[in-house]
Amino acid sequence: MPYIPNSEEDQKKMLDSVGVSSISDLFKIIPENLRLKELLDVPPALSEPELMRHLEEMAAKNRLSKISFTGGGIYNHYVPPVISSIVMRPEFATAYTPYQAEVAQGTLQVIYEFQTHICRLTGMDVANASMYDGATSMTEAAILASGYTKRNKIVISDTVNPHYREVMRSTISGLDLEIIILPSKNGQTDFNELEKMIDDSCACLILGQPNYFGYLEDLERGEKAIHDAGGLFITVADPISLGILKTPAEYNADIFVGEGQGLGLSQNFGGPLLGLFACKKKFIRKIPGRLAARTTDVDGKPGFVLTLQTREQHIRRDKATSNICTNEALCATAATIFMSMMGRQGIPRIARLSTERAHYLADKINDIKGYSVWNNSPFFKEFVVETPVPANEVIQGAAEVGVAAGIDLGRYYPGYENRLLIAVTEVNTFTDCDKFVAFLSAQKTR
Amino acid sequence: MSDFKVVYEKSRPGRTGFSLPVTKIGDSAVDNLIPEQFRRKEEPLLPEQSEPELVRHYIELSLRNHHIDRGFYPLGSCTMKYNPKVNDAAAGLPGFANLHPLTGSENCQGALELMYELADLLARITGFNRATVQPVAGAQCELMGLLLIRAAMKKRGNVRKKILIPDSAHGTNPASVILSGYQVAQFKSTENSMISADHIREVMDEDTAGIMITNPNTLGLFESEIEEIAKIVHDAGGLLYMDGANLNALLGQARPADMGFDIVHYNLHKTMSTPHGGGGPGAGALGITDELIPFLPTPVVEKRGDEYYLDYDRPDSIGRMHSFYGNFGIMVRAYTYIRHLGAVGLKRVSENAVLNANYLKERLKGTYELPNDRICQHEFVLSGNLQKKKGARTSDIAKRLLDYGIHAPTIYFPLIIPEAIMIEPTETESKDMLDYFVDTMLKIDEEISSDAEMVKGAPYTTPVRRLDEVKATKTLDVNYQD
Repeated sequence: MPYIPNSEEDQKKMLDSVGVSSISDLFKIIPENLRLKELLDVPPALSEPELMRHLEEMAAKNRLSKISFTGGGIYNHYVPPVISSIVMRPEFATAYTPYQAEVAQGTLQVIYEFQTHICRLTGMDVANASMYDGATSMTEAAILASGYTKRNKIVISDTVNPHYREVMRSTISGLDLEIIILPSKNGQTDFNELEKMIDDSCACLILGQPNYFGYLEDLERGEKAIHDAGGLFITVADPISLGILKTPAEYNADIFVGEGQGLGLSQNFGGPLLGLFACKKKFIRKIPGRLAARTTDVDGKPGFVLTLQTREQHIRRDKATSNICTNEALCATAATIFMSMMGRQGIPRIARLSTERAHYLADKINDIKGYSVWNNSPFFKEFVVETPVPANEVIQGAAEVGVAAGIDLGRYYPGYENRLLIAVTEVNTFTDCDKFVAFLSAQKTR
Repeated sequence: MSDFKVVYEKSRPGRTGFSLPVTKIGDSAVDNLIPEQFRRKEEPLLPEQSEPELVRHYIELSLRNHHIDRGFYPLGSCTMKYNPKVNDAAAGLPGFANLHPLTGSENCQGALELMYELADLLARITGFNRATVQPVAGAQCELMGLLLIRAAMKKRGNVRKKILIPDSAHGTNPASVILSGYQVAQFKSTENSMISADHIREVMDEDTAGIMITNPNTLGLFESEIEEIAKIVHDAGGLLYMDGANLNALLGQARPADMGFDIVHYNLHKTMSTPHGGGGPGAGALGITDELIPFLPTPVVEKRGDEYYLDYDRPDSIGRMHSFYGNFGIMVRAYTYIRHLGAVGLKRVSENAVLNANYLKERLKGTYELPNDRICQHEFVLSGNLQKKKGARTSDIAKRLLDYGIHAPTIYFPLIIPEAIMIEPTETESKDMLDYFVDTMLKIDEEISSDAEMVKGAPYTTPVRRLDEVKATKTLDVNYQD
């Protein structure tokens, strides 16, 4: 057992101090009939080389595509090696939550910088220290809106990420909240319907920009409708898109939420992720999750602490603003370093490279007989292609030639079986795009 | 160059730290692909810094953290054990780290197998047939567990109204109950800080959907009447949820399913040695009785023959609670740990965790007040009452420990012990380290006797000294302004 330092001799000395003769005496506090008489039904230990071989074999059963156009909230953006070299340092990775601020200045300052980066990217006043994932951030935003407005209707467009909508539905299923789904037309929220459905019983309106299909929506109409009705406006955005797209603040959003995975995190089969949450200053005392603040120590030196902890569960218990204790601090650390490194010029560069290559691919696919880009809406790095055969067949065929083609929208939207969601990032070269186009061109159109 | 500047104060116009291609058609042509009404007016005012300067900035920050690879972390209920490096190596394998979650199941069999096998191992460890690894944190376990209770109660015909929680519970318990739509019915622990079956008999009624119990409890004591409590709750039609924050004490010794629990949660970042990351990401799991299987969150990893797949077709499911399947990267680490230890190793963990805690308790109890003088499990709670009378409080003792390179224990929790000092050494500390901790605690007590004011001014040797939290709340500087 490499992780247990005490030898038998140490143990014996310690048992003597405690005044018992064996370790099993320490477990006699457990009723006899509950004590296990046999070992757990768990396989015997593997040595470290055997263990790594076993894990390597398991990992090898996952067949990664060399070229990937799969997005839908998790993106193949480039992760510079600097990120892991710093983030995997034990000083960050093996530290506890920074409750003892004097010995956690590293983590606390990183969180403070993270909050600032998110505010500058989004234009919002305040960002928290992060949440489980974008879906949780969105759910917490809806709960905040309901508490703030004392209204119970959550209005959300069906063009918002379907996984987020599922998580929200499950998470609030025990609460007295009603979710109203706005219909869409041609991949865009139906704003005429929206204007009819919003009234003064609605706590908030949630819209995506870009939406799940990658398209840009007329958020101003949504903003006006919900604010006229006295509700809060919540926008979901891809943080990379904010390198060039209008910020949530410019849309007068009350709360911004999003998934931060694209900011320097690996895809990790979908977790851990990084929930982003930022809002206007007036909600600061209602915000869920941890918040770092700059202050000074007794000698006047600048330093950082967690602040407004009276909102949180460990102090407020059943009156807390949220039950969430954790933040994804190490993921936030990765994102902080990523944003510091890419900086003022780099984030817009990534956004532009993704835009350019996505539009290149879209134009090429539009030229293939039988394929067409669905509707002519402006888009960022993701778009939908109408396929002559079910999208699922395209995906399966492309996988055979090492290309992950995208997402079959029929999974989430009945009737959309011939629609393929394609994401392009700066990692995808023009050659990658050409290869994909060549594959599609060679397919029989049936 | 050690300084206390934030990255923005070191930023200089024109510096770049990235290496990316340029656009082919030119930036303004790219911008024109998106109508102006959708574009931001000004670029984001993020820092401008070169790679070497950035690396130094963040390395300097890292050096201001206490961490488990450097020193002792006796935080009660947090299980700050060593985080094995092989776990990180496994999680970093490209086949795991670079896998997109919407990869077709035929191309992600390894990941699905790992999730399936991990859930199976966790279920075995706690005596259940089934577990889910979807929760990403302890608090999410609680909410998910409560929603499972809600779903089961609904199926039985009556959702009921409230959940029983002892006054010694973690703060997330009542907060999660509220989010699940139940009311909190808090009850008192006995004078010995235990839950009494007689008391549960009085408070359990037809409106109560269940009870949340931490076992061993937050004082490190095993709830010896648990079987009777389970019977009372079950007879009245309720379900039992076990907060598994303290599962480290039970590994290979006893199983929550045998005690009568219907749900147990695991904190993989505690019991299964995955890193705390400065506050996350962690990961959780729930072990459940067969009655609750239909309600498991979707998707559920299932096995058909030799093939693993994600099952979404579960009409009674409480639904999805994470964007994808949970914190997969953490699951890989927990799986690696369990396979590395095996059945014997897991038992050694609890044995040594409990021995270490009892050794510390015995050596400290003469100097510090021990409210419950009995055999403890993986942790115990002292009171700083005696020291408070001498002029320094528990919070001062905590700060003084930092000067000796030891992280503070959990303090002022559980709420039922005044001036509480909650200590959990874990199995990965040596007797030498425990002795150093004891010597330090005894020395601090002497320091309080001779110069309480000095102790009240601690810490002195940390990167910063006591921070002004009132000022922080007042100025709310949470976003750097140039």
